[in-house]
Amino acid sequence: MPVSSRKSFLKTAAATGLVVAGCGDDDKPAPPGATAREAADAEIVNFALTLEFLELELYRKAAASGHFKGSELKLIETFAEHEQQHVDALTAAVGKLGGRPVRRPVGRFPLGSRIQILKTAQRLENLGAAAYLGQARRIRDKDVLAAAVAIHSVEARHAATLNTMLDKDVTPTGAFAEPATMAQVLEVVGLFTR
Amino acid sequence: MTRATFLLRATLAAAAASGTGAVAPFVARALAEQRGNDADILNFLLTLEYLESGFYDHALTLELGPEARALAEELAKHEEQHVEALEAAVRRLGGRVARKPAFLFPDRTETQFVKLAVALEDTGVSAYNGAIPQLTSREIRAATTTIVQIEARHAAAVRMRRGGQPAPDAFDGALDASQVAATIRPLIRR
Repeated sequence: MPVSSRKSFLKTAAATGLVVAGCGDDDKPAPPGATAREAADAEIVNFALTLEFLELELYRKAAASGHFKGSELKLIETFAEHEQQHVDALTAAVGKLGGRPVRRPVGRFPLGSRIQILKTAQRLENLGAAAYLGQARRIRDKDVLAAAVAIHSVEARHAATLNTMLDKDVTPTGAFAEPATMAQVLEVVGLFTR
Repeated sequence: MTRATFLLRATLAAAAASGTGAVAPFVARALAEQRGNDADILNFLLTLEYLESGFYDHALTLELGPEARALAEELAKHEEQHVEALEAAVRRLGGRVARKPAFLFPDRTETQFVKLAVALEDTGVSAYNGAIPQLTSREIRAATTTIVQIEARHAAAVRMRRGGQPAPDAFDGALDASQVAATIRPLIRR
């Protein structure tokens, strides 16, 4: 599939770009090895989707918790909206790769106070950024990679924001970010799921 | 777009920025769509890092409040490290490092500094996001993604300094080299 000849990723249209790029390819037979490559990418996308589901749930619950108001509440709601768009884009991507989207995990978050929620969000966002970074070298499909980097930098913006809200450094690892492996990420995910 | 088109625009942008005039060899290589033209893409990103580094160095000559100054100092240090990393990567690939352009930054006040910082950091993130999928080497892809995450954190930080949305969109879409060139051309001293 000549993905490189597809129209370029439009600003804010990364999600629909993935879906549109897939249209019209259904008649072409998959080149040899494509299925294995697609399956490998689908696993990575599902991994990211798991994280996005969790973040989305946390932000929705945070917004409903009553612990946030005013501009902070608006920010939480905005971040929830972003995660929803990430969920939608990644779900579409898995389908385009011929895979099945992972089932939404059931989150388990401390929601007792504003600080508890912020600390959890901060942990998940920084972890999420490291997770995307860790997978970047593994992704095979160029369109999937383009979507992943478009989301990765937004997770980084989120992480920086939460760090600031907790009086932490926006760049805790200095000039270069550090990746996390799938295993490292899933271990933490396990702490926040039932 | 095709990789050849991306590379062509990238090398034209970098060459135009550095004023080398020695565009022809870059163009020929890009058009030949040779594998391993990662050096050209890195030179494009390096040009941006030169710009950001120069921008923060210039900002430190302005009258800034303590928080803006601390931010400019930290970001200046990071961009300098990014410059070093990208220069080293280009050399490791056997490429010639792009020449650093001379810049002319128009910001004179803290407010102007922060406003321009937002534009430059946002542009940087989208430039990286356009470039990364075009790289052929996985190692270089990993290295540049390590850097873009920091640029995105910078972008959020300067946006917060400005009092605005740290993450304006759900996706940081790609910009191609000609779009980036349009943003940075006014900052290049001729």
